[in-house]
Amino acid sequence: MEAKKRRRINRCGRLKGKIFSWACIVPSLVGVLVFFVIPFGIVIYYSLINNTHECKFVGTENFRKLFVNDAFRTACKNTAEFSLISVPLTTVFSLVLATMFERNIAGKSALRTFLLSPLVIPTASVVLVWQVLFHNHGTINSIIEFFGGTGVDWLKSKYGQVVIITMFLWKNSGYNMILFTSALAGVPRDLLEVAELEGAGKIYQFMHIKLRYISPTILFVLIMSLINSFKIFREVYLLTGDYPEQLYMLQHFMNNTFNNLNYQKLSSAAVVFAVVIALIMAVLLILENHFGKDVEG
Amino acid sequence: MAGVTLRKKEHFLNIAVTVFLIFTAIMFIMPTVLTIANSFMTSGEISANYGAMLGNMGDSDEKVFISERVNLKFIPDKVTFEQYRSVLFRSPDYIMKFWNSVILTVPIMLFQIITAILASYGLSRYPNKVKYVIFFVYIILTIMPYQVTLVPNYLVADKFGMLDTEKLLELPKFFKPVEKFLNMFYRRRALILPAIFSPFSIFLLTKVMRRVPVSYIEAAQLDGAGEFRILTQIYIPLCKGAIVSVSMLSFVDCWNMVEQPMILIKDTTLHPLSVFLSQINTSDVGLAFAVGTVYMIPAILIFLYAEEYLIEGITYAGGIKG
Repeated sequence: MEAKKRRRINRCGRLKGKIFSWACIVPSLVGVLVFFVIPFGIVIYYSLINNTHECKFVGTENFRKLFVNDAFRTACKNTAEFSLISVPLTTVFSLVLATMFERNIAGKSALRTFLLSPLVIPTASVVLVWQVLFHNHGTINSIIEFFGGTGVDWLKSKYGQVVIITMFLWKNSGYNMILFTSALAGVPRDLLEVAELEGAGKIYQFMHIKLRYISPTILFVLIMSLINSFKIFREVYLLTGDYPEQLYMLQHFMNNTFNNLNYQKLSSAAVVFAVVIALIMAVLLILENHFGKDVEG
Repeated sequence: MAGVTLRKKEHFLNIAVTVFLIFTAIMFIMPTVLTIANSFMTSGEISANYGAMLGNMGDSDEKVFISERVNLKFIPDKVTFEQYRSVLFRSPDYIMKFWNSVILTVPIMLFQIITAILASYGLSRYPNKVKYVIFFVYIILTIMPYQVTLVPNYLVADKFGMLDTEKLLELPKFFKPVEKFLNMFYRRRALILPAIFSPFSIFLLTKVMRRVPVSYIEAAQLDGAGEFRILTQIYIPLCKGAIVSVSMLSFVDCWNMVEQPMILIKDTTLHPLSVFLSQINTSDVGLAFAVGTVYMIPAILIFLYAEEYLIEGITYAGGIKG
């Protein structure tokens, strides 16, 4: 009798708890549905109709128009080029930094603070320094000319990519390094000791044990860097303004399309972009499952 | 013998690595340090150094020598607060833009953290299939870049007339005193509202909250704690580090906003300083470095205060799954 009563109270408490936990989710869920999920459904719908007055279904017409659009192609090309170079580069660079941090060296925490600081420094604050560095008559060119080379107009030539890749590394490497440092610390020590006893060299240990163990983190870093690489518009905009000749990125295309408010173009571009991102993520996840499954759990 | 050479080699490598890391670290703080150092120069010195880059100077009447090259200078010839004085007393524009940044950042951060704590608690407590699906949707939304999410945001803002920054709230008489205060935020609602529901902090916090040990919760329940007390006295204190870290990341994100205000706030007088700073080099160069420095001060202070938490939080999140 007593036990039954307690169980009933318990079940009642559980039910209350469940209701409370759902009540906690509701505010965020409503917001996400209203501002992201439902309108994205509308975006998909807009990408399939001819205009918002007639609402005639035109199939893939908008996408076809988008793909023959020169501005869109340039934007895609520049953005893809940037992401394909900068994402692997920052991943490797921060992994190198993290392996260096594994060594027994002095002043680690100060070094870490310095390397992480660009993450919080507003790009807008320091953009003048970057402009001075990479100006046609700027510091970098002075150094190049001092050693007898010829400078290039960094911001107004195809070397613009070098500038924004540098800025990207500057901003994101510290964050990725922290991720790698903690992942490397999680590699089982006994395994490494056994490998050492068996005569495995440092490089072998790194390639065959550590890399396998940190593969989930590698995936995470790749994804985060990819997300961040699409935010490079900030740096480009602050450096070169609305219409850069060489560094026309996807966000520039979006901004211009927002300005003349072509819903069909905007929607189809957003849909294409979402699909591409989803595909890349799927590939990364499959790769990670393939390489990391024997060390997990 | 071999041991000695090995140790020597190790020692040498350590030195090489330290030198490399110090060099990299210096490179990494260089832009920040240079900006701060240059903020103490006189505007004459700045136009002499950077005049070639910035074109004709707006407000300097005095004849200055303008170098043909653009030279970075570390140490000012004469340390002055001239730039700061101009920023503070002669150009109210910058103060206003700085204030705009604050008006955007504070409510976004505050409400984002509150909804995130609640939602992450809800998602990690009594897990079931539906909650996993919701979390998965949040992950996908986190991954989507602005180029994708800004379009739906804009559609909603447009549909509900949020893009109209002139329309003000009309409150009943009783609320008149706070009306002006609320309108500050109301005019910027097209940006603030979607940003509050940005799923990134939920993604991060849920992962941390899932690690809260069941035994703690059961112990609290035995002592008669209700769900609300479990949230406030177990979940929140245990995840304090992650909450601070998420707040910081959210602050950094808001403080650096460029894309969203450009699209969601039509009235440029409401734009934050992060957007406005890019237009500075056409005029007022003499104070650009000081404005930049002032703008990074809140970020640096928060960073120095909460660095340990930030690192802890970043570490917790190290994996997209699980």
